[in-house]
Amino acid sequence: MLTLQSLSKHFGGVRAVDDISLTIKEGEIFGLIGPNGSGKSTTINLITGLYAPTTGTVTLDGYDLTAMAQHERTAMGVARTFQNIRLFGNLTVAQNLWVAQNGHEQRRAHFLPRWFKAGGEHGPDIEELLKFSRLHSKRDVQASALSFGEMRRLEMARALASNPRVLLLDEPAAGASQEDGQLLAERIRDVRDRGVTVLLIEHMMELVMGISDSIGVLNFGRKIAEGSPAEIQANQDVRAAYLGSKHKDEDLIHA
Amino acid sequence: MDFYFGLAQIFGVHTLLGLSAYVVLLTGQVSMAQAGFYAIGAYTAGAMTAMFGLHILPAIVIAGLVSAAIACIVGFPALRVKGLMLVVATLAFGEMVRLFFFNLSWQVERGGELFGPDGAEGFRSIRYFPENGWEVWHVTVFIWIVVAVVMAALWWMDRTRAGAVLRAVGHDEVAAQSIGLNLTAVKVGAMTAGGFIAGLGGGIYAHTVTHIEHGVFGVLLATFAIAYPILGGLGSVFGTLLAVLFIQGFLIEGLRFMGDWRSLLFGALIVLAMNLRPNGLLGEHAPRLKSILRLGKPAPDSLETKDAN
Repeated sequence: MLTLQSLSKHFGGVRAVDDISLTIKEGEIFGLIGPNGSGKSTTINLITGLYAPTTGTVTLDGYDLTAMAQHERTAMGVARTFQNIRLFGNLTVAQNLWVAQNGHEQRRAHFLPRWFKAGGEHGPDIEELLKFSRLHSKRDVQASALSFGEMRRLEMARALASNPRVLLLDEPAAGASQEDGQLLAERIRDVRDRGVTVLLIEHMMELVMGISDSIGVLNFGRKIAEGSPAEIQANQDVRAAYLGSKHKDEDLIHA
Repeated sequence: MDFYFGLAQIFGVHTLLGLSAYVVLLTGQVSMAQAGFYAIGAYTAGAMTAMFGLHILPAIVIAGLVSAAIACIVGFPALRVKGLMLVVATLAFGEMVRLFFFNLSWQVERGGELFGPDGAEGFRSIRYFPENGWEVWHVTVFIWIVVAVVMAALWWMDRTRAGAVLRAVGHDEVAAQSIGLNLTAVKVGAMTAGGFIAGLGGGIYAHTVTHIEHGVFGVLLATFAIAYPILGGLGSVFGTLLAVLFIQGFLIEGLRFMGDWRSLLFGALIVLAMNLRPNGLLGEHAPRLKSILRLGKPAPDSLETKDAN
């Protein structure tokens, strides 16, 4: 479904992403892991169009996204969250979702006030998303006044409001506790069950190993392994990249 | 009494000028070009009535449309740059407009008299109001009707998705792009709307003073334009109105008795106001009229929260 073909991004002499090829299948949760600075976030930025690749292409269902602007890629069905949450803190929770709805219905209702019911036909309804994210009681609260966990949930809901086909999650568990991690895993599965393909970038190894259908591993901008969670855990290169080759199996899992 | 009507006219046109900068500022762009759009509106509307004998209403609408069209064209290249570079680029545009009118001589004869801009001499005899028997208070009421219509339109816009989109872009461009907003379209749209409002304001201004010249549309006016929404806060259109009353009414007129000391106090009081109210006089999130009117009762938000739990 989402295919990266020999994707590279060089910043001056630094090869942040170096000749990565990946294929993410429709309806799966794909985990992308790697040590700090291995090029995970750069990869997401290349997929969403925040950066232009030095070489290579990004295709979604055969459509070449490489030359498209960010908002065009969103219209094609690519949505993301950010490692450091980027909400519209000056808007309310409901407004954050509202601006992300970009269907025809919303555009037609562009200059109608908020009590005018727009949407439904294109993409998810705001009320439904609020319930899905357990933010219904906060719908008119300023986004900047939410708790950290609520902000993370709102950011994911906002990404879903653009009616994506693939959702890119950039370290959604950063700053979360172990329990939050469990809840997050359920939420990500729920998102997948809505029919959205998920690309998950994460440091919390338990989370990635627990919910991913496939995993890709980056190190120094290159892909060093790809496969099922079990295959990745058994992979010597991955262990070497993460821990140095002398460590035991368990360390990888609890890293 | 006419003095106070005259003051109210100045407040009115400056409110329009401030609102034109307010729309652009919502998207996070500091534009110093508003005085330029105001000048274009002033000369255009003046030409429409004095040179071509149009009614005042179509004249100011045409002035607004011409300014909007130029704002749209200028917006595409200008909004590619950000922050300080945008300030410099828009400042340069404003000066370009001023110098254009400094050099523009184009007069037509009507009833044995020449009308039109005459370079450094300015554009004299924009006498639509006195020629048609409008009294000072008529003009004042007319100006404030236009101001009220523009404020109502912007207030309405703030309640639609369009307003939320402008604020979203102003808050975080990277996030706005990631959810599918076309930054260029949003910013150029805001610039165009701002140009229209500035054109209206300039068009009316030209008729209240009857004589315009390039000098008044300089950097100082551009600074005032941007100072109103910044000082008033971006919470709502009323912040800009309040800032106009504060600067034009209190600082400029109210402190006139202080003579030369006024200029000194002027700067000091603006610095003081910005320190006491860093998010503007009305703040970024102005209290909703609804919750002001329902003093004593719980705000609607909290009721909803209880229901949902």
